[in-house]
Amino acid sequence: MSLFDLRLTDIHNKLAHKELSVSELTEASLKRIADTDGELGAFLTLDEEGARKTARSLDDRLAAGGERGILFGLPAGIKDNMVTEGLRTTCASRFLDNHIPIYDATVVKKLRSAQSVTVGKLNMDEFAMGGSNENSAYRAVRNPWSPAHVPGGSSGGSAAAVAAGQVYFALGSDTGGSIRQPAAYCGVVGLKPTYGLVSRFGLVAFASSLDQIGPITKNVEDAAYVLQAIAGHDELDSTSANVDIPDYTAALTGDVRGLRIGVPKEYLGEGIDPRVKERVSEALKVFESMGAVWEEISLPHTEYAVATYYLLASSEASSNLARFDGVRYGVRAENPDNLLDLYRRSRSQGFGSEVKRRIMLGTYALSSGYYDAYYLKAQKVRTLIKRDFDLAFEKYDLIIGPTAPTPAFRIGEQVGDPLTMYLNDIVTIPVSLAGVPAISVPCGFADGLPVGLQIIGKPFDETTVLRAAHAYESHTDHHLRRPALS
Amino acid sequence: MSITVKDVEHVANLARLDLSAEEKEQFTGQLNAILKYAEKLGELDTSDVEPTSHVLPLANVMREDEARPSWPIEKVLANAPDEEDGQFKVPAVLE
Repeated sequence: MSLFDLRLTDIHNKLAHKELSVSELTEASLKRIADTDGELGAFLTLDEEGARKTARSLDDRLAAGGERGILFGLPAGIKDNMVTEGLRTTCASRFLDNHIPIYDATVVKKLRSAQSVTVGKLNMDEFAMGGSNENSAYRAVRNPWSPAHVPGGSSGGSAAAVAAGQVYFALGSDTGGSIRQPAAYCGVVGLKPTYGLVSRFGLVAFASSLDQIGPITKNVEDAAYVLQAIAGHDELDSTSANVDIPDYTAALTGDVRGLRIGVPKEYLGEGIDPRVKERVSEALKVFESMGAVWEEISLPHTEYAVATYYLLASSEASSNLARFDGVRYGVRAENPDNLLDLYRRSRSQGFGSEVKRRIMLGTYALSSGYYDAYYLKAQKVRTLIKRDFDLAFEKYDLIIGPTAPTPAFRIGEQVGDPLTMYLNDIVTIPVSLAGVPAISVPCGFADGLPVGLQIIGKPFDETTVLRAAHAYESHTDHHLRRPALS
Repeated sequence: MSITVKDVEHVANLARLDLSAEEKEQFTGQLNAILKYAEKLGELDTSDVEPTSHVLPLANVMREDEARPSWPIEKVLANAPDEEDGQFKVPAVLE
């Protein structure tokens, strides 16, 4: 078994028994990146020097018998929309090509106190807008399972890096599916926590009422450890929830007997690839065999979720991205005639096509005369979508369905057709609008490409989500398959 | 209701974007397709439904009004495209 296949607890055992050092682990990760990333394109910025320095100081600590953090010694990658002090942070946008943040995001600080080793910043769709990573201003990321296919998005670099064994875990961010869908496409585990569980201070805002940070890992247990390290209230984020953080790994008991699962018929209806439906049916049989019970349910407003999401998320984005004005940071157009010209040309040169499209859509939906018809209407429909979940969770502990309607599509296949691209998020978006937690776990393959199972829980009930995902994983071996990379 | 190139120009101005002729053309078509899809929401009667701005039951998160240290000016200006005398520099606003 290679180093890349080890779990966090295996690594920690080896470190404790001096069979491995953090520096060796870090060098292996850097070598893996050097060997594979020319092809994959998962990283935008590498910090080899910083990673080696951190590794050496952690090795010193190990030798001195110091206390070890929860993620001690694990090489990790961070999506490039979370700011890292002194380390370039671009959001995969030309606008921030030269941006060196002056502070760390709260999650970055938390990783430091958990003592992981940040090796670099991961590629993404520009400003997290997209589901294929083709919207990166730098390069498209390739799917480790098939270089002709997309890794998903917007956290495509994060999912690809974990799937390829470049890092032990990565942080992603999820607004409408951006952790779960790439995790599904790349055959890894991706958890979107409840809205507000993880601080977003230092996450470059896309849609503030939806954005949430979460882990991408090779298995559920590792995801529970990473969540443990990053969850918790933060006074620097006024939308951060002040809730008690449970012991997530203690919840992984393997016991799901009597758990009540609702399976929305809308998540297995029209537009869902038959191969995906089959994998989900097989997964439900596994849950049955473990003593859980499932029933078909209805989330009747599902069909309205994508339209609701694109109006709300784009409106919030148009407001959030107004800060990119070429004055305080980022690129500035040359020789502006006046201030207005400076704004307009800096923004037009700095933003890519999808970002402009969403700013345009959002500005239109918020503009005088259209606010009630589009933005307010969408906020009301959001209430109905959330109510679907509230009602379902009165009877069921979990909701289960696919993570995405299809396996990964081909690079270039959906460029130029934004609406079709948006519909890839049809089963992740309702969850985001309701703000509830959900995990994607590998549940098999369709013609060589991974398929993800989505397990959705009640607000702040990550423990049940993780327990069910972990039990499922223990009864299957999909998560042990690795892509054949050179 | 469909939007025209003229509407796109108006919105681009509000959003402080300069669009090329090609982009205007492209966005007019794509925004029409997206907005047509969004008309679907009109099927739902929402007259008695409260809007959801976000899902947490939070309002007016306050902190004590006490002075805290702020960033040193050189850090604040570290990423500025242009600066002078410890301030962000922009083209003249007034003629």
